[in-house]
Amino acid sequence: MTAGNLPVLTPADFTTDQEVRWCPGCGDYAVLTAVRRVFASLPHRREDHVVVSGIGCAARFPYYLETYGMHTIHGRAPAFATGVKLSRPDLHVTLISGDGDLLSIGGNQTIHMMRRNVDVTVLLCNNRIYGLTKGQTSPTSELGMQTKSTPGGSVDAPINPLALALGAGCTFVARSIDVDVKHLSGMITHGADHRGTAFIEIYQDCNIFNHGVWFYASQKETRPDHIVELHHGRPLLFGRENQRAIALRHGRLVEVDASADDVLLHDERSLGLAWLLAGMKSPDLPEPIGILYREPDRPTCEDLVHARIRAARPASQDAVGGATSDALVPDAAGCRALFAEGATWSVEPEPRRS
Amino acid sequence: MDRLVIRFCGDSGDGMQLAGGQFSLQSAILGNDIATFPDFPAEIRAPRGSTFGVSAFQVQFAATDVLTPGDQVHVLVAMNPAGLKTNLDDVEPRGVIIVNDDEFNRVNLRRCGYPDDYDPRDDPALRMRYQFFPVSMSRLTREALAESGLGARDMDRCRNMFALGVVSFLYDRPLEPVIRWIEASFGGKRGRPELAEANVRVLRAGFHFAETAEIMPPRVTVAPAPRQPGRYRQISGNEALAIGLVTAAHKAGAGLFYAGYPITPASDLLHALARLPHLGVITFQAEDEISAVCAAIGASFTGKIAVTGSSGPGITLKSEAIGLAVMYELPLVIVDVQRAGPSTGMPTKMEQADLLLAMFGRAAESPVAVIAAAGPADCFDMAIEAVRLAVHGMCPVMLLSDAGVANGAEPWRIPDPADIAPIPVVHPGPRAADAPPFKPYARDPESLARPWAVPGTPGLEHRLGGLEKQDISGAVSYDPDNHDRMVRLRAEKISRLATRLPPVEVTGPATGDVLLLGWGGTYGTIHTAGEVLRAEGHAVATAHLRHLNPFPLNLESVLRSYARVIVPEVNQGQLALLLRARFLIDVESVTETRGRMFTIESLVNRVRGAGIRSTPDRSRTP
Repeated sequence: MTAGNLPVLTPADFTTDQEVRWCPGCGDYAVLTAVRRVFASLPHRREDHVVVSGIGCAARFPYYLETYGMHTIHGRAPAFATGVKLSRPDLHVTLISGDGDLLSIGGNQTIHMMRRNVDVTVLLCNNRIYGLTKGQTSPTSELGMQTKSTPGGSVDAPINPLALALGAGCTFVARSIDVDVKHLSGMITHGADHRGTAFIEIYQDCNIFNHGVWFYASQKETRPDHIVELHHGRPLLFGRENQRAIALRHGRLVEVDASADDVLLHDERSLGLAWLLAGMKSPDLPEPIGILYREPDRPTCEDLVHARIRAARPASQDAVGGATSDALVPDAAGCRALFAEGATWSVEPEPRRS
Repeated sequence: MDRLVIRFCGDSGDGMQLAGGQFSLQSAILGNDIATFPDFPAEIRAPRGSTFGVSAFQVQFAATDVLTPGDQVHVLVAMNPAGLKTNLDDVEPRGVIIVNDDEFNRVNLRRCGYPDDYDPRDDPALRMRYQFFPVSMSRLTREALAESGLGARDMDRCRNMFALGVVSFLYDRPLEPVIRWIEASFGGKRGRPELAEANVRVLRAGFHFAETAEIMPPRVTVAPAPRQPGRYRQISGNEALAIGLVTAAHKAGAGLFYAGYPITPASDLLHALARLPHLGVITFQAEDEISAVCAAIGASFTGKIAVTGSSGPGITLKSEAIGLAVMYELPLVIVDVQRAGPSTGMPTKMEQADLLLAMFGRAAESPVAVIAAAGPADCFDMAIEAVRLAVHGMCPVMLLSDAGVANGAEPWRIPDPADIAPIPVVHPGPRAADAPPFKPYARDPESLARPWAVPGTPGLEHRLGGLEKQDISGAVSYDPDNHDRMVRLRAEKISRLATRLPPVEVTGPATGDVLLLGWGGTYGTIHTAGEVLRAEGHAVATAHLRHLNPFPLNLESVLRSYARVIVPEVNQGQLALLLRARFLIDVESVTETRGRMFTIESLVNRVRGAGIRSTPDRSRTP
């Protein structure tokens, strides 16, 4: 609930008494910092947050956030989040999990939450590896990657998380990088503000099993040449001096000089452009971070469900919702009418014999 | 005549379920007791005239209480040769067979595998054994609609109403309820008044045909069954489940959330609840079975009465999440409308072989409560019972039904919701900032249930998870002693539900030679078999279990009151296995897995064949 006087919260208010158990140097620490910071700034009471996760290293998030939380089963966090949000649209739901959880075992749950446009902010910590099970290839690992489960090199091509989200009809698709806490916080804030499923892929370093896999994008020496930051209405520039740019020529995105007169302007409302951006891959092209696509007006799943219920409910039933009272309790009159639906008949008492 | 069994059969597109359902309703409205058995193929429109495409609907109506659809068919209405061929064996000797004469042509006879020179209507052996009444239903239907302007296809679709008209006359059923139904279903929302008119016309034509034609069997009447006064309706098992769940939510003062994925024979539960948004019911058709149970758990976290339903194959997919609900200790109702398996098995046929799946089909020590409905109307009571136990124990409850119970129908005395006991739900309120920390796994000393704190409550923020919980605090714990304690606590919590259960009731002698003990959808058959055996002078008692985990507290003493305990089941002895393991009593298992209920006769014969003694004196002791 966002009404009334909101207490002033700090990141410390979202810190639990649980010792954080990630490996020292894990990228998840930076994500945790960003999430606590953003939560403190959002217009929601602490008790109105629900954080949901699946299984994996990133899925330990709820234990470290002083909110209501559910650490669930492998891959199914989107379904739990959907159940929470359909039941209580007033709650603010954040889903945090990894690439194996959301794109492999939970691929079905992920795409269906997106197509329904359930109002959930999804943080996908993509480290391109299975960390908690000690280093097998994940659905985002590169073809040929050698791990314990693929000693001869992976034969499976990686999935493109942004393209998957766009294909599933996600209404907010963005990308950020773990160590860029400022950019990441911005993306999480925009995602939280978005009504509908907000999907944020986070390049996250697993410093034990896949260390450095994102260094081309995260380190200050290489980042300028491999990352293009997206800003709505602004040109697609990159390079140390913003001297390089992206243009669309003959149906393809190409790298051009920043002085070219056909430098692309970013339009986050253009699904076609988002598709092209999702396909940009280093080293051929810089990889985009920021909001690729935003469609703010599509009704959410819970909007549609509750609009139908409101339309069908007698006016007298418009009770108030709240933490412990449920506005959608079936009433006695409704039960009686339901019992007597269809053909009914009476059995009269036997007349008394005189 | 005090009871009669009619079976309608024909192609799966012939409207037999509809004709049978309407006949049942007419009978119920007349005051007969009824029990129905719809029996249809999984294929929606199997090739015309094939034996595997035959759809049948059986109803027993009676002047006394009936608990089963009946063993033997007295009257068979066969709309085509395939229907006759597949259902003939169930008709009693000298039974009445009314066939649609026009469909007995060479092509149809060949389609169902009869040799070229054979027509069952001309078979002297069959003519000796049964009373055949051929009626040109196709031709008479078309003639009745000659002026209607309908096409041949639409005309032929009305044939089931001709058959219904014929039997309505023969067994003295009023046409008005059928006409009201036809007008409501074709005339109303569907906006096809011409179809309504055609169906009514054909229904009446069939009725008048039977009245005038002298070829028909003598008319018989079955008087109303004595019943408790009140208002009644006909109800199927799946309808009763839906209504019961809504009622439970009303009594709990909470909203109802139902998540499901389409699966035979559980889909009707989703359908029934999906049309109740005016009662605040949220239904969620999930992308798969797993998502359905997970969404329900999410809803339960927020304080909803949360339910998911499926059949065996879907329940297996839900196993992992049900295990999580055991760990979370949140209320959750899982409905399993069982069907014949394993795997896809026979999706439209009944079986009660998921009992051990319900009990044990999860990883590690993950006890849940298990209950089962004894018949269609009992589904209403058991749905409420499932919610009551789930909320009381903060635990998952498996509610077992089966394809026979789900689709079968019987009269139901409409209750007053005010007469149903409330289901107390407590959500702890806000905690002051300076109060001691909230303990999500502190327990009620009696029920051992933990508090149901819902999001939005200030100060009660807590995390649930699949990792083992520290007793009381709910923090993640790998402590060996704590794990051992939590495993025992979760089991003890389920065991303690037994103190709330009604005792097992016995029909027949309270001690003696034989107890027939059943569970689930076999209630009617076993109970009636017990009556038959007692009438023969056998000291046989019957009892029925609705609660399978935990068992009612008096079960062991009941079992020990009889020299022999015979457990008939439509599986390979699952309850028998549980009873032996639990009580070390050498129960005798009587099983059949034919995708349908065993008949009363076969059960009586099995029990007689088991060599029970005839002790008329003791059978009369209470």
